[in-house]
Amino acid sequence: MNAGQSRYGYIFVSGYTLLLLAFGLLPTLYAIYLAFTRNGAFVGVDNFVRVFNDYRFLPAVAHVALYIVYWLISLIVFVVILAIIVHAIRVRWLGNTARFLFYIPGAIAGASSVLLWLFVLDPTVSPVSGLLRSMGYESLVNVVAVDNLPVVFTVIAFWAGAGGWIVIMYGALNNISSDIMEAARIDGAGPIQTAWHIQLPMLKKWISYMGIMSLAAGTQLFVEPKILAQATKNVVPEDYSLNQLAYLYAFRQNDFSGSAAISLVLLVVALGLSAVFIFRGRLFEHD
Amino acid sequence: MSQQSSPRRRLTRLMTVAAAAAAGLLVLSGCSPSGSGAVEGSFGFTEAEQVPDSEITVWVDASREPAVTAFQEAYPDIPVKLETYDGGAGGSGSFQSKITLMDQAGEGWPDVVFSTQQNDAIWASKQTANGEQGFAAPLDKGFFDQEFLDGFAPGSLDFATIDGTVYGLRNDLAQTVFYYNQTLLDQFGYEVPTTWEEYGELGDKLAAEHPGYILGSMGDSFMTYVYYGGSQSPVFQSPEPAVFHSDTSDENAQNISKIIDGMLANGTLVQDSFFSAEFAEKYADKLVGMPGPVWYTGAIFQGGLATPAGQIGVAPPLSWEGGEVAAGNVGGGQWYASSHSKNLEAVKTFLEFVTSADEFQVEASSGYPAYTSAAEKWLDKLAGDAYFVNDDFETVMSDAAGQIWDGWNVTSWSPETAWSKVVIPGIAAGETVESLLPAWQKELENEATVNGYTVK
Repeated sequence: MNAGQSRYGYIFVSGYTLLLLAFGLLPTLYAIYLAFTRNGAFVGVDNFVRVFNDYRFLPAVAHVALYIVYWLISLIVFVVILAIIVHAIRVRWLGNTARFLFYIPGAIAGASSVLLWLFVLDPTVSPVSGLLRSMGYESLVNVVAVDNLPVVFTVIAFWAGAGGWIVIMYGALNNISSDIMEAARIDGAGPIQTAWHIQLPMLKKWISYMGIMSLAAGTQLFVEPKILAQATKNVVPEDYSLNQLAYLYAFRQNDFSGSAAISLVLLVVALGLSAVFIFRGRLFEHD
Repeated sequence: MSQQSSPRRRLTRLMTVAAAAAAGLLVLSGCSPSGSGAVEGSFGFTEAEQVPDSEITVWVDASREPAVTAFQEAYPDIPVKLETYDGGAGGSGSFQSKITLMDQAGEGWPDVVFSTQQNDAIWASKQTANGEQGFAAPLDKGFFDQEFLDGFAPGSLDFATIDGTVYGLRNDLAQTVFYYNQTLLDQFGYEVPTTWEEYGELGDKLAAEHPGYILGSMGDSFMTYVYYGGSQSPVFQSPEPAVFHSDTSDENAQNISKIIDGMLANGTLVQDSFFSAEFAEKYADKLVGMPGPVWYTGAIFQGGLATPAGQIGVAPPLSWEGGEVAAGNVGGGQWYASSHSKNLEAVKTFLEFVTSADEFQVEASSGYPAYTSAAEKWLDKLAGDAYFVNDDFETVMSDAAGQIWDGWNVTSWSPETAWSKVVIPGIAAGETVESLLPAWQKELENEATVNGYTVK
């Protein structure tokens, strides 16, 4: 790489770097400052204590944790299985169509996809009202009962997000050398054995990557419960997730320090869990 | 090594430049000329520098859009930018969240806001977290003539009066009465109930003799005002500032809950929202009677249900047997002026128009106008249309306005959220309201604590 090329490299990353600093790093530093101060005065961990003692905090933690468990497990299991199945389809147009169909919902941006789901989930107008009624749900209020929400949000998130990951996994599967696959076949491995002993281990890094990205998105659960809360006039509680609670602290209670404390807790937890994925999945190691 | 160090140095340099640029960007965007040109005005707040003929931004809920349209027709020279939002319905708090964000940014405030909630003056009159003046402009310190303010029904400005200063103008009154369908009552041979006990008994009779007909719905969060405020249940009280009291074990709260539970069980109270498309479809000709605020007239009977004139009657609010008549209060919107407005003259003209002019309050508003002269014309109009079957509906409605129970108060948060969170999903899952009362009270008390109230 000569000097001219590397200069272009810097130019290309500069836009991203600027935005990362302006909207990623500096706000984080500001949040750290806010979380340990109140009205400009250093207060140690007071803000954290106040937030932890809030009656809404632990339920919100439990809600988000449960959602992440459902969401990550369903994502990892189904995305990998679907990608391997689609990859195994030999008929070209069928494979292409399947990938396209999986991907389409991802093209609908977050908030509008929730609006669409509002209709799907309401038995009075839903195209699948028969299914909802057979499960004993007669109204939207039944469907979005607090205990159902982790599943509801998992379904929404999977529908919107899984397609993109299936396409990525498909690409990763294509990268596995055909020599290895052929060797497996000659050794007598069937599709399931090939998937288990060859494809899965070679996808490990990609699965970790998907885990981290989805974990980061999952802890920030906000748009889905926020819109459902608005649409159901707070039958879905406005303090369901941690981010909603942070929002209430900032804009309802006028307590930006408490809000920053919640955000910081989220950051630390997400960083910690991501570290597990990174080191377990050996994400940053070279082959 | 030397080959590598050069790009790395360049990288460091680039990062420095990038950081400086980003910081500059932030400083630019965060800066706002909030101080420039502001003057301590004669209206009791610091006025922004006025820009004559500048556009005013008005936030209303969908039901108040006709107010803006009527104003634009009457005053085509005053530019108005209409923005609709949820009006804070159901205690969503969106008015407060949006304004807090703008307070933080130091710019972008609307000039006029309509809210369906009664408690916004509590926060809107306060200084912001960074010490700026509150959003709501004081209205009785010279901004409006006292003569105009005196035109509002006695007591109607109380919710928006904080420490003796008026911060909001009442759009409509919201006292509860008992609506009944005379045609159906005659057909079934029933009397109009006058007490909560009779209301419950009517439910039993109706369910047994004419199943499918109903006496109301529990599907909306404002039922907390209709049934608990209206039954004088001490569930939501703030006897003094920053003190909260709730007692769901009180006799009235227990009794009304039992009546509701009985009617939910026998199907005379349903769980569809009044404002859902389904409700009108299923129950337009099945509604025998129900307690509700006077704004049901336009919003529900003439609106969603489209009940023709000559069927509906209005009776006094239900009371307990042997007890005093008391009305609940279900909203009654408020108009606020922004203390940051750059065209206060237009704001004043706008507010006077939407609260008192016939074009909106008499012709296009669904509710009972809070401005007395408009209210008289609104009642006359209903009488002229012969909408109600009873001739004394005007007296019934205006009497109820003076009977609103003073044991239900406003606080900085809405009573509707706890009801939505605990009671609505609970009854949808088949639990009784009575069994949910402790959880409801706990949620209310928790909310009080979070909002800085002492629970007593």
